[in-house]
Amino acid sequence: MKLTTTKRVAVGLLAAALPLSMAACTKGGSSSSGGAGGELTMWTHNAGNKAELAAITNIVNDYNKSQTKYKVKIQAFPQDSYNQSVVAAAASKKLPCILDIDGPNVPNWAWAGYLAPLDGLDAALSKYLPTVLGKWDNKTYSYGYYDVALVMVTRKTILDKYGIRVPTVDQPWTKDEFTAALKKIKASGDFANPLDIATSFTGEWWPYAYSPMLQSFGGDLINRDGYKTAEGSLNGPKAVEWATWFRSLVTDGLVPLKSGADPAKDFINGKSAILYNGTWTAVDTRKAFGKDTLFLPPPDLGNGPKIGGGSWQWGISQNCSDQAGALDYMKFAAQDKYVASVARDTNNIPATDAAAAQVKGYEKGGENQVFLDYAKKFAVLRPVTPGYPFIATEFTKTAQDILNGADPKTALDQAVKDIDANQKSNGYFQ
Amino acid sequence: MSTATAPVGPGVGSDHLAHVADPTTAAPRRGESGRHGIRKPLGVLARIVLCLVFGLPLLFMFVSSFKPDLQIFGDLGSWKAFLPVGDISTDNYTGVFGRVPFAQFMTNSVIITVVTVVLGIVVNSMAAFALSRIGFRGAGAVLGIILATLIVPFETLALPLLWWSNKLPFLGPDGFTEGWLDTYQVQIVPFIANAFSIFLFYQYFDSIPKELDEAAKVDGAGWWRIYRNIVMPLSGPAVATVAILTFLPMWNQYLWPLMAVQTEELRPVMVGIDYFKQLNTSWGQIMAYASMITAPVLILFVAFQRSFINSIASSGVKG
Repeated sequence: MKLTTTKRVAVGLLAAALPLSMAACTKGGSSSSGGAGGELTMWTHNAGNKAELAAITNIVNDYNKSQTKYKVKIQAFPQDSYNQSVVAAAASKKLPCILDIDGPNVPNWAWAGYLAPLDGLDAALSKYLPTVLGKWDNKTYSYGYYDVALVMVTRKTILDKYGIRVPTVDQPWTKDEFTAALKKIKASGDFANPLDIATSFTGEWWPYAYSPMLQSFGGDLINRDGYKTAEGSLNGPKAVEWATWFRSLVTDGLVPLKSGADPAKDFINGKSAILYNGTWTAVDTRKAFGKDTLFLPPPDLGNGPKIGGGSWQWGISQNCSDQAGALDYMKFAAQDKYVASVARDTNNIPATDAAAAQVKGYEKGGENQVFLDYAKKFAVLRPVTPGYPFIATEFTKTAQDILNGADPKTALDQAVKDIDANQKSNGYFQ
Repeated sequence: MSTATAPVGPGVGSDHLAHVADPTTAAPRRGESGRHGIRKPLGVLARIVLCLVFGLPLLFMFVSSFKPDLQIFGDLGSWKAFLPVGDISTDNYTGVFGRVPFAQFMTNSVIITVVTVVLGIVVNSMAAFALSRIGFRGAGAVLGIILATLIVPFETLALPLLWWSNKLPFLGPDGFTEGWLDTYQVQIVPFIANAFSIFLFYQYFDSIPKELDEAAKVDGAGWWRIYRNIVMPLSGPAVATVAILTFLPMWNQYLWPLMAVQTEELRPVMVGIDYFKQLNTSWGQIMAYASMITAPVLILFVAFQRSFINSIASSGVKG
């Protein structure tokens, strides 16, 4: 029989598809869960982040060599979609034994039953920065090897040019000094917007970066005494004052309403005079400007300078079938030398003083010591309540509305109403 | 056909009538030639604008894939963003291969997409054939129910589907196992049956004369033979349309693999783009990766451009 072209194509595709589908269905298989046969599965958000993944892999290799009872196996996920993968795995009870968690999510994941407490590690963790420990309900669920700090990145030559004082940890800019400095740079006409606060970033950046400004005014995301209401904290006079000032940064042309896709690269390209960002920008900005680069403390907006605290941390899952094994790894991995190696390889702030002494730049007088000072003196944890993810989303929406011109008091009142309703509907997460 | 557009120009018909004003040959009235004259360049201009709107982002992506990150941002705001000027190199491409297992991701996407497209054509055409040609009692209601599922967004089904996928048994080389998560089949099987594909086939099959079935039946053909030897060979445009409409979303799968796949060896290309979104994002590498995963789709489109347009146009007309 003579086949037409259409038939040939169809038959060809079908012939190709069948073996492929057979191969497809036989490949793959179980991963996750962990615990069986001494194997402990570990999930990390570091796929694509070669430096941090290599540092974690070194710890795991050391652990696997140090004993024969357990074998930790790493599974790396991309950071941008890591949380969705974990939540999906939790829904299907496929969480691994060991996993990393973004600090502010720890109370929610602990409350939801994803995480088990790290029993027996209190002594080892007592030397860690408080901001790298994930706690909830008087139990510790996670620890991190490093913290990051928010800084005002600029160049000494820029401040000198406009006759602006270089602030220090002990003498940060006051609100008036900061605003006057920005207006002076703006008046020169050298920059369309002198300050870039990275408004193009999404997700956790908004509460991480801008709620410390609210706290520096004297407000907060929620009343931390019992975490039952945001009334007075998020919509009181101090909060309204913050919102009005925050909006004025845009209306006065000091900050762009929407930053470029990568504000750090825009800063290096000379588009802004001052960049409000994290210490992760230090490597690139130093590479561009060398010793001219300054990493300044955030301004004191009335209640002292504040920065967000808490970064990625490690914990163990509730459904790990070998909790003892997972805890054994966690104890092993909490050594100072591993804190030092991860912080060194990722250019972040070491979580312990002993580790800091081992990392170049963080020793006394080192170029990165200010980062550690900022983390110790100014860091504020995001609200330690399982309701935090909702609060974060609500704050992000409200701050964006305010920047776009919403009435500050009305927007904040609405946020308070929504946050209070969520806390209440969840029985205050008791 | 309207006679008003019949070409009756000078020299057509009797000479003595040549000077008589004919509505179709008469000199255009005042303003008409202007409108006609403007319409053509406006049409060309509109096409150029459309080309730029759709083409420039692709050009930007491709050109940026050869530039260092700082230059990508430095060139923004000028035409240099679309030109291969400055510090041009293939470093971003080298970086991509160092950061993600590109060949593995690409192979996974090809397997998942090809298998779903082919099985989707077979399964959905059979379903549509049954609904359109066999004419069993309740066929209309079944079609209505199938069409009703079109309004349910995938996001609402994702969690229940995940739950079920985790419970399903599977017979493989290791015997019966429970749970399909973290496999190829979990990325393929849920997307084979597709209400829209059934609808497209149903529409097309309905336009094929039923007399052909009658004639085949008289010659002793059964439903399978009518489907295979008569209806499917006449349904090339519908097959092509369904193939395209299945291929694109399968190639672009993102949410479901995120939820259902945990092993790197089984991830498709779209999830791979997340590997580049770090605190210090590598924009050049993102552009290089995006160029590489877009290329197969573009090459496929350019190669089969005529069939794509014909199939979509013909299916649209049927509707």
